[in-house]
Amino acid sequence: MAALKQEISQLATLGRLNLTDEEEKKFAGDLQEILEFAEKINEVDTENIQPTYHALPLENVFRDDVCQPGPPIETVLKQAPASIDGYFSVPRVIDRE
Amino acid sequence: MNNQLSQLSLLELSQLLEAQEITAVELMETTVERYRQLDSDIKSFLYFDLDESLETAKKQDSLERKSALHGIPLAIKDNISRLGKPLTCSSKILAGHRPPYSATVVEKLEQAGGIFVGNTNMDEFAMGSSTETSAYQTTRNPWDLERVPGGSSGGSAAAVAAGIVPAALGSDTGGSIRQPAAFCGVVGFKPTYGRVSRYGLFPFASSLDQIGPIARTVSDVAFLTELLAGSDSRDSTSLDSPVPRYLEQLQPRAEGLTFGIPEEYFGEGVDSDVRQIIQQTIETLKQQGAEIKTVNLPHTKYAISTYYILATAEASSNLARYDGVQYGYRADEPDDLIDMYSRTRAEGFGPEVKRRIMLGTFVLSSGYYEAYYGKAQKLRTLIKQDFDRVYEECDLLLTPTTPSTAFKLGEKIDDPVQMYLSDILTASTNLAGLPAISIPVGQDSKQLPVGAQLIGPALSEQTVLNAAFMLEKQSQWDAKIAPVQA
Amino acid sequence: MVDDVVIGLEVHVQLQTQSKLFCGCSTKFGDNPNANTCPVCLGWPGTLPVLNKKALEYGILASLALNCKINQKIKFDRKNYYYPDLPKAYQISQYDLPLAEHGTVKFNHDGESCAVGIERLHLEEDAGKLVHSSVSRESYVDYNRSGTPLAEIVTKPELTSPERAESFLRTLKKQMEYLDVSDCNMDEGSLRCDANISIRRDDGSLGTKAEIKNMNSFKAVRKALSYEVLRQRKLLSRGQRVVQETRLWDETTEQTKSMRSKEEAHDYRYFPEPDLVPVRIDKKWQQEIGFKLPELPDKKFNRFLDEYQLTEEAARTLTDSRPLADFFEQAIKPDVSAKTVGNLIISDVKRELNERGWDIGQVALTPAALTSVASLLEENLISSNVGSELIAELVESGGDPREIVEQRGLKQISSEDQLSSVILQVVSENPDAVADIRGGKNQAIGFLVGQVMQKTGGQADPGTAQKLLREEIL
Repeated sequence: MAALKQEISQLATLGRLNLTDEEEKKFAGDLQEILEFAEKINEVDTENIQPTYHALPLENVFRDDVCQPGPPIETVLKQAPASIDGYFSVPRVIDRE
Repeated sequence: MNNQLSQLSLLELSQLLEAQEITAVELMETTVERYRQLDSDIKSFLYFDLDESLETAKKQDSLERKSALHGIPLAIKDNISRLGKPLTCSSKILAGHRPPYSATVVEKLEQAGGIFVGNTNMDEFAMGSSTETSAYQTTRNPWDLERVPGGSSGGSAAAVAAGIVPAALGSDTGGSIRQPAAFCGVVGFKPTYGRVSRYGLFPFASSLDQIGPIARTVSDVAFLTELLAGSDSRDSTSLDSPVPRYLEQLQPRAEGLTFGIPEEYFGEGVDSDVRQIIQQTIETLKQQGAEIKTVNLPHTKYAISTYYILATAEASSNLARYDGVQYGYRADEPDDLIDMYSRTRAEGFGPEVKRRIMLGTFVLSSGYYEAYYGKAQKLRTLIKQDFDRVYEECDLLLTPTTPSTAFKLGEKIDDPVQMYLSDILTASTNLAGLPAISIPVGQDSKQLPVGAQLIGPALSEQTVLNAAFMLEKQSQWDAKIAPVQA
Repeated sequence: MVDDVVIGLEVHVQLQTQSKLFCGCSTKFGDNPNANTCPVCLGWPGTLPVLNKKALEYGILASLALNCKINQKIKFDRKNYYYPDLPKAYQISQYDLPLAEHGTVKFNHDGESCAVGIERLHLEEDAGKLVHSSVSRESYVDYNRSGTPLAEIVTKPELTSPERAESFLRTLKKQMEYLDVSDCNMDEGSLRCDANISIRRDDGSLGTKAEIKNMNSFKAVRKALSYEVLRQRKLLSRGQRVVQETRLWDETTEQTKSMRSKEEAHDYRYFPEPDLVPVRIDKKWQQEIGFKLPELPDKKFNRFLDEYQLTEEAARTLTDSRPLADFFEQAIKPDVSAKTVGNLIISDVKRELNERGWDIGQVALTPAALTSVASLLEENLISSNVGSELIAELVESGGDPREIVEQRGLKQISSEDQLSSVILQVVSENPDAVADIRGGKNQAIGFLVGQVMQKTGGQADPGTAQKLLREEIL
């Protein structure tokens, strides 16, 4: 768990959160405390236990391949922080991916 | 008239409308008036559509009545979409946002003639148990303005408790309907996962989130659940089993039923007042011919850890889309793309949301996935199996909804673990996807409401509602409205 | 040096459904920016995905064609990363339970039969497209492609040369086209290919690989990989190391370039998509889809050889695309030989297609008309020249060949009576040539046949004309 402090800034980068030094320190402490509490689950032997992703056993839910137009794009674009000629606009992307 | 109407339940108001003793406009006028009188103190609404609500009420008066909901004012949690209406999830990052579509539940209730008057305050992105993490305002408990209304659907519960509206919609991921309902002395119901469509609910943790009603009577809740439930072709996780007529079949019934009392739900953390009132409730059940059985849900002590690992993992992904590209807040003058993302999110999200994004990102990150997320998914199986096992020997479980009554504003806000423990009695049911209701059954020594929780097996809504209806009739609970004065 | 090149491909095939993978928006290419979007494919909060059954069935069909084992229970997962073309900041894909695994594809490379293993095939949603402004420091996002269904096909690292990689890719494209699950149009991005490439070490172990992206044509795949082989060999021969990285193929400089991404190493944090439920594909369903599996190129090729006695080259050309093969088979009737029909397609129809840049679906020529032309030729009623001209016209504007031949009097003159007067005329008008022939210069006969053709407007049967000329002169 000591590694956590160094990882905080890495996590913030992954989550795209620009944290202040103070926030980083605070979250490092909080996460440490929360994770120490959460460690409790490790006392349980889950060797042969299947994971549960869904509370209920639903399967095979589909839709047919039919086109249904969405609302006019103008209603969506007018909410965009920046848009031009029907496109959403963002600061220039330099690298691919 | 005003104060009398605000004492009435949804179905009572509906009868008056039906008998034409009042009009929808008159009802709306008293709603608006009560909102004006009380909400500057309680702050349950983030916004209230005064003009449009009256306009819609006028229109409803001119139309043939569509259902018992026709002309009834309703409040909605600020995380459920209404076409073209503001929605923020109580977060700055969604300031000014207006969804281009309506949630399925909104379409259903509006088609039935219900009128949504405005959005209620909540914990930011439903992350909290006190409604204090809202970026906009602090909602107060109508029973004691120095106390929290619970959360995250605190605004909805407070608005109903204060008699501003007879009912409201909330969402429940780990107790977010039931816990504030208990704190505010109202009825809150989380149906089986998948019973109500999630389409249009801004997600916190998709595999746990469920929409449900908050009202002042079990009958109102039964009625609303009937309207809300049903499969939805837009939600792959909605259940397609037929929806019973919950209200029509509602009977105060406990006789012949076996109630399990899980020992783990009466542990050290539960206040003695709460424990005593729930004990009285158990006696009531016995008197009504119910069988009482002590049962065990041995993995309960892992529920909070499991819940917070899974919920934050899903949340870290669900909240990634708030990146300033398409809608909502974008940081000023970004240097480049990464700067736009990182500052938009840093400036747009509050501390609790950031904390949970960090935690959720951590438990999914490479090297930790198996130890945390993977392990928690397995614990989820064990927690679910606990319930499966006890439902072989009993029909319903009875527990307190919360370990304590409403706590003071600011009391837990700086202690995440203490705050997370507020969900200790409610989160397991979300992990197992089960229906659970909270109903007020008494008051503690501070005159604060105490909620009892009934948990049933999947799709046992009717049984849960019937037992709750019986407890409602038998309980000492007669003050339906919080003693709040303008 | 032999077989030390190790290449694995990751191919994205756009499945040609009408609507997107998880919503009802159209998958049409080339519409106005963001015209084919809705709150679901824009990833607006509160919206939920619902799986397009057709896309899944196309995926199953493709998996069967690649000889993969279909997993009975599959699920979808979220792949989390930030990029402006990814509206939810996660892509719905498949991680540990993909649609299908463990396949093989046989392909022909330069007459050599090869095979490559297929690691897996999974379904995922496509991202949008970015357009970079040339004047400002901005990029523009178009989400029309966002949510379009893709099958990602990953081969094992078993391709041993850039040329083989290209041949495999061509075969794969042909197979997908045969299945009618994708139009595989590389220009429109409905077939995209990335590659992992490394050079085996002297001890036989795998070398460090580079990932190559942005190869937008078959030629680009071959050239980029060839460039990369040279680059890596050069590094290794100097004792330098190959860096594990992603490199982009630059079409103009014909080089691969390091992306030098400033981002942190990716951690996609895959986890099961809670908004979708698992899919169970039982044997019965698999069989039902299996019945729809058409005859694949290889099988068709062999059948064409057996059934129609075509040459290998002819059979290969005719099975090049399923529509062409279908056209061929529709034109075959009991009274014409498959060879004649095949030759007409390979020489005349193909030439017309090439000239126009068309494919067989665009011609006005019907298979029945092609049959007529073939039988006119076989009945010796038209010359091969007239046949070619007829095809050209029919491809452009259609019609009934027999009527055209009748109306314009294009019938070949092969009766000796009809030709004899022309023969006499040509012999008397060209005494010098006649003298040459009588003097033993046989090649002069060609000139006289030409004269006969000219005078008959090309309708004379050249063979008959030559025979009669010889009889008259000698």
